[in-house]
Amino acid sequence: MSVEYKTTYASIDNYNKGGVQMVSGNVKDYVFSNIYEVASKYAPYERVVVAKNLVYTIESCKAEGESPWYTCSHDEFAIAFDYDVEVHYIKMDDTSFIDDEKDGSFRLDDKPAGQYMGKITLNRGHQALLPEKTAYSFKAAKPATLVFQAILGDESNEKWSEICLT
Amino acid sequence: MTNLNVAVSNEQTGYQNFSAGSFTFRRDEYFAYVDYPDGEYVMPIDDFLKALMRDIAWGFFYGTVNFDSVFGTINHYGNVDLFIGTQNEEYVNNGKDFMENFPSEELMEIFKAILSDWTIEGFDPFAAPQETGTAWGPKNGNNDEAISRTRQVAQRMIGMPGDTEIRSDETGYTVNRHFKDVDQSNPVVEAEPGFEDQIHGFNLWAHLSRSDVTWNPSIVSICKQSLLCPTTEEYILPVEHGNDRVEWFIQCSDEIVWEIKDGKSSKPRASLIMRAGDVACMPADIRHQGFSPKRSMLIVWENGSPEIMEKIKNGTVPRVGVEF
Ligand SMILES: [Fe+2]
Repeated sequence: MSVEYKTTYASIDNYNKGGVQMVSGNVKDYVFSNIYEVASKYAPYERVVVAKNLVYTIESCKAEGESPWYTCSHDEFAIAFDYDVEVHYIKMDDTSFIDDEKDGSFRLDDKPAGQYMGKITLNRGHQALLPEKTAYSFKAAKPATLVFQAILGDESNEKWSEICLT
Repeated sequence: MTNLNVAVSNEQTGYQNFSAGSFTFRRDEYFAYVDYPDGEYVMPIDDFLKALMRDIAWGFFYGTVNFDSVFGTINHYGNVDLFIGTQNEEYVNNGKDFMENFPSEELMEIFKAILSDWTIEGFDPFAAPQETGTAWGPKNGNNDEAISRTRQVAQRMIGMPGDTEIRSDETGYTVNRHFKDVDQSNPVVEAEPGFEDQIHGFNLWAHLSRSDVTWNPSIVSICKQSLLCPTTEEYILPVEHGNDRVEWFIQCSDEIVWEIKDGKSSKPRASLIMRAGDVACMPADIRHQGFSPKRSMLIVWENGSPEIMEKIKNGTVPRVGVEF
């Protein structure tokens, strides 16, 4: 018999979180959360850390409407985990205010002066580069889940006891 | 003392024996035999070759690669321990464990020679069981092409000019039978003139749907020392990985059950059922083995910081990912 396999995904409005069956020890050791649940729970573009290793992070947020503009001294990456998200990029005229030693992205007060570089429209499973020292912002017509490969910074929020199995 | 080693006739099967220090490795049609000064340890040949393939592909990996609950390697990054029972409470408590240390390149060369001689035509130790022939029977050719695949490692992000290529029909990676329904569209990149090489995106799910190996992470993007290592998983992780640092998993599709045992004693601790979107951390004092009923997409998230090596050496590496 030939089988038609169905790949099972989830989304911000439809996820089926797993869990832990403990034999011994503490369930908190596994720091178990779900990126869709986290994205659904917090304000648009509020990045919540779901994984951390030294200063490095994986962060999840809800994309909805237009985000502020951000920049960062190093590369970051964003993956759309369910619905469409646009990423817009600006090559800033002045990047001298970016401190090379400062990790993590930070918010800009306004849309920065510079050259518009273009946009990438991400759908489920698409990953985009957020290049170092480039300004970027997001736009989503309806709530979508955005996951970042990043470094702990001003925009990173740690809410472990709210998001993890205990 | 009676010699309790199983009689293996290489004349009949055509395989070679190999030695590493005081270990000798032999195979027959069904089994691998690991002879060491205190005895002999037997493993099914398919399990042995699949584990050996991962240990080679991962350069002995982070920490302990348990081929099963008795035999394996411990990476000390430059040198490596080959052991029987050192990660098994009963062996240790009864003084039956045995271990020998090797320079990594020396053991790697021997491991590669074993894998090459013992892997026969039609058996692919990287493949899911339904996608390959069997490892059984007498020596019959080799499958050096399959076992010499190296994992794809991005410099910055795959698909960027000069970086590792994205998998496609053109590059010889067809969509896996379990992922025929995975959308193959690319992100729409609308770059202004002059910025074509600076803004970049690709379809990670489609890239993964074309992976021709199981349980073998590749690297798609690098943020300083943060390595995004997605992989596709089907059937059983051929090793119990005893990680020496925390290791994070992000399940992207379908589901995987992780059996967690104590790193030292091998006593059961927990099982994790991870579904799409679930994130979990493997503590640094456990061993884990995954079971994936359908081919699934998993991001293994690693940290290559030299700082972690220092912490491992001086015993200060955190046991858990986050304390809260
Ligand atoms: Fe692992």
